Amino acid sequence: MTDGMLIVGAGECGGRAALTLRERGYDGPVTLVGDEPQLPYERPPLSKDAMVSEAEPSPKLIGDRQHFASRRIACVTGTSATTIDRAARRVTFADGRALPYDKLLLATGARPRKLPLPGADGTRCAYLRTHDDAMRIRGALWAGSHIAILGGGFIGLEIAASARKRAASVTVIEALPRILTRGVPEAIAQIVDARHRREGVTLACGKAVLALHETAPGIEIALADGSAVAADLLIIGIGAVPVTKLAQDAGLTVENGIAVDAQLRTSDPVIYAAGDCCSFPLAVYGGRRVRLECWRNALDQGGLAARNMLGAGESASAVPWFWSEQYDLTLQIAGLPNEGTQAVRRDLPEDAFILFHLAGDGRLVAASGIARGNAVAKDIRLAEMLIAKGAKPDPAALAQPEVKLKSLLVA
Amino acid sequence: MSSNWVEACAAEDIDEEDVIRFDHGGRTFAIYRSPDDSYFATDGLCTHEQVHLADGLVMDEIIECPKHNGRFNYKTGEAMGAPVCINLKTYPVKVEAGKVLVQLG
Repeated sequence: MTDGMLIVGAGECGGRAALTLRERGYDGPVTLVGDEPQLPYERPPLSKDAMVSEAEPSPKLIGDRQHFASRRIACVTGTSATTIDRAARRVTFADGRALPYDKLLLATGARPRKLPLPGADGTRCAYLRTHDDAMRIRGALWAGSHIAILGGGFIGLEIAASARKRAASVTVIEALPRILTRGVPEAIAQIVDARHRREGVTLACGKAVLALHETAPGIEIALADGSAVAADLLIIGIGAVPVTKLAQDAGLTVENGIAVDAQLRTSDPVIYAAGDCCSFPLAVYGGRRVRLECWRNALDQGGLAARNMLGAGESASAVPWFWSEQYDLTLQIAGLPNEGTQAVRRDLPEDAFILFHLAGDGRLVAASGIARGNAVAKDIRLAEMLIAKGAKPDPAALAQPEVKLKSLLVA
Repeated sequence: MSSNWVEACAAEDIDEEDVIRFDHGGRTFAIYRSPDDSYFATDGLCTHEQVHLADGLVMDEIIECPKHNGRFNYKTGEAMGAPVCINLKTYPVKVEAGKVLVQLG
């Protein structure tokens, strides 16, 4: 074992994996290669602080050059992997270099889903994935500019909130009848919907896009109902697709992402995959295969993959968890609410509430909450622990805010 | 300034194994009560991003940031791993006549 550990993809997941290898005492070569110009940075601020901060922000690095250098982690930026030669255990890159490995981690992430319409890759359209994307969108947010956003999911709505903070006028176009259809209960989506409208966002739900026309000042978005939206910039946030071509070309199994087992191994036992690019069996839901696109999963799986590359033999056991911030509202969800068959509501002060999602057998499978600030964070975290335990809490206790969730955890 | 003891709250204001926020002199702190009924104080904001730790969950001697789950030992201030890598500053605490006093200096 002298060729060491090679990590392809230098986002949160790849970066954390590299650091974890060293934290765990691995002494061989570690090389981290990413296709962006920056060292690994945190993506969550891109739709939020990075768009509204006074001065143009730098990416929030998870470690600067010195941080990686002092740990003898070789960072290569600005090049993408083109092929994996599994027999020779070597990856070639677009800049011509070829790097050998004993073990390889694919942390290639996801990329924005493209809108399949002519003009969707034009200069009046933008997608958000990278810091550079965020800076481009930021430049279009000013008092009096008009932004159209296609997609009422987290990315689109967070950008909408940021755009309003910068006094741009905003229209959000969503094809489905309501916003946040993917994994967010309707009661919570309604709060978010009402808040956006109160902040002056035009929400156009149930509207399919027919065509895009570039105009002299911007872009016109023609909708199926015959109406049109004119904007300076159209931001397209209609989901993400896992980056799997490298794995697929190498003959690895791909199944809604690079398919890995509970230890994050691909169909080649010396190649691992983690983060947005992989699908894995989720223990807490009976091993159902899922793919998650969220920051904490990227961080957790980066660490887990690194430990397993060193032989730890640990299985993924985390409960999915994510959050979104829009205006002063924070939404947090632990688990997958769609796994539940009934919801129990706990009302908290200042209009905050939590929905506990229970399966048919009474198991708590998810909890979702919304509040100003972080008022539901503690309880969502406790709910996450209850979910991980497979607890079947008394629904009446869940509904009563006087009953502390911590007391249910020891029960 | 070494004798700068400031009254933060009543001892009973904090539940066992919990935390509250305390603002003083333009700064913000977090005051903890441990499961074995001792009191502790740290800076109030997570060292990862500027998030009030008092909204986070206390389990044993660990406080977890409500936003990104960065964990600290609130007795020592030690950062327990990603995404936090900078320790929290801690402050001496004493309880007198049912009041929690913090030494800010």
